[in-house]
Amino acid sequence: MRNDGLFIAVEIDDTITADAELAKKLTEACPVDIFAVADTGGVELVEGNIDECVLCGLCLAAAPAGAVKIIKIYDEEALLTR
Amino acid sequence: MRFFEYEAREIVKRAGIPVTDYGFTTDATEAKEIAQRIGGPTVIKSQVLTGGRMKAGGVKFADTPEEAQAHAKDILALEINGHMPRGVLVDPKAQVEQEYYAGVVWDGTAKKPLMLFSDMGGIDIEQVAEEHPDHVGRGHFSTLEPFSDFQAKQVIAAAGVTGRALQRATPVLARLARLFLENDMTLAEINPLAELKDGSFVALDAHMEMENEGMPRQKALLGALGIGAQEGTREGHTPTAFEEAVKAIDAADHRGVIQGKDTGFTGNIGLVIGAGGGSLTLTDAVRQQGGKPANYSEIGGNPSVAKACGLAKQVLRLEGVEKIAVMMSIVSNTRVDIVARGVIKACLELGKDPGETIAIFRIPGAWEEEGFKILDSYGIEYCDRSVSLWEAAGRAVAKIEKAAA
Repeated sequence: MRNDGLFIAVEIDDTITADAELAKKLTEACPVDIFAVADTGGVELVEGNIDECVLCGLCLAAAPAGAVKIIKIYDEEALLTR
Repeated sequence: MRFFEYEAREIVKRAGIPVTDYGFTTDATEAKEIAQRIGGPTVIKSQVLTGGRMKAGGVKFADTPEEAQAHAKDILALEINGHMPRGVLVDPKAQVEQEYYAGVVWDGTAKKPLMLFSDMGGIDIEQVAEEHPDHVGRGHFSTLEPFSDFQAKQVIAAAGVTGRALQRATPVLARLARLFLENDMTLAEINPLAELKDGSFVALDAHMEMENEGMPRQKALLGALGIGAQEGTREGHTPTAFEEAVKAIDAADHRGVIQGKDTGFTGNIGLVIGAGGGSLTLTDAVRQQGGKPANYSEIGGNPSVAKACGLAKQVLRLEGVEKIAVMMSIVSNTRVDIVARGVIKACLELGKDPGETIAIFRIPGAWEEEGFKILDSYGIEYCDRSVSLWEAAGRAVAKIEKAAA
């Protein structure tokens, strides 16, 4: 699952989007509320908040390696690294 | 912050400047009792934060306490320029030999307080200064060095006042100057300052305005005057749609701070500016280089993308604005990349090309390298801290003038 803002894109590996535990962790970790717990219990991206990403990397730390990607659209799609 | 006359008179009185034995009330019956205590002809004055009281019937003379009561009743119900009175001031009708003007005002250009004195009181000092400039004495004084009464005396003498009047008016103007400094005033005015038949001086009316930012330091004075925090700054104008919109955007998001004013601005340069006094410096820099700002703004405290975007959109919507200048002094706690995203987003959401619309982006500080990458990707001219605020403002003015030509 990938969702693009103007400056930032967030991609979540499709194999973990239904993980309720991870959804809770990401929601707690993100300081600008990019992640939410979906009605189904999985991970949901809040479209309006994606460009608020402060590149803190806390979501990367909360998720298994490579499961969440923060992409800087303005920097030739460079990936934020932990 | 503005003060009602009855409050200003109290401030004057606390500074040791003689005032009449006036009384303030919100009740017509009490106005009669004050007039009885005074025991002679009185003046009943509406207490409103607007001019034109006399013309509107908000100032009336009474020979008896009963007449004072009747006038107070009428004045308390009288709306003046959209303002209902806070109350009435009942003042003894003084036996005046001559009216003077004494004032201290903040001179923003000289960045010092300016004392003014005239022997033509009772009318607007601006009118006297224009029609009878030789009757107005002026003199700046320092906010850092000790104040001397002699400085006040020089100003009064420059207005042509001599002898006993000069001697007696000197402590009045000197105390007004000290009051100005000690109470964080931007304006302290006594008009008229009356010389009575016995040669004594007394303040018959006073006008005070306090620096808004000084209010937290002046809690003791404000408390003594019964002015609570809920009264705010008593700003004299109704906020414009722009000012209301910026305020609402600021209130909706706790991250960072934005402010905006367009009252009194009619130019074509939209300003998204701020940081540590940067707004004032940048507004001055734009104006001194021939630019005409469309607004004043302040942005800082690490605002969100949404907040920066909201301010920029409001500025871009102002009439006559084609381009904006995004400038700050050096910031440590505001993310350059976040502000860059916000102002670019504002352009795009309004269907404008950010590269054409943002005349200059000069915000040196936290995360500037990331910010510069964003600005590069949209073809926006930017500069770092090696370019001064003055130079950045000049580049913005030049670009906007070129586009307008």
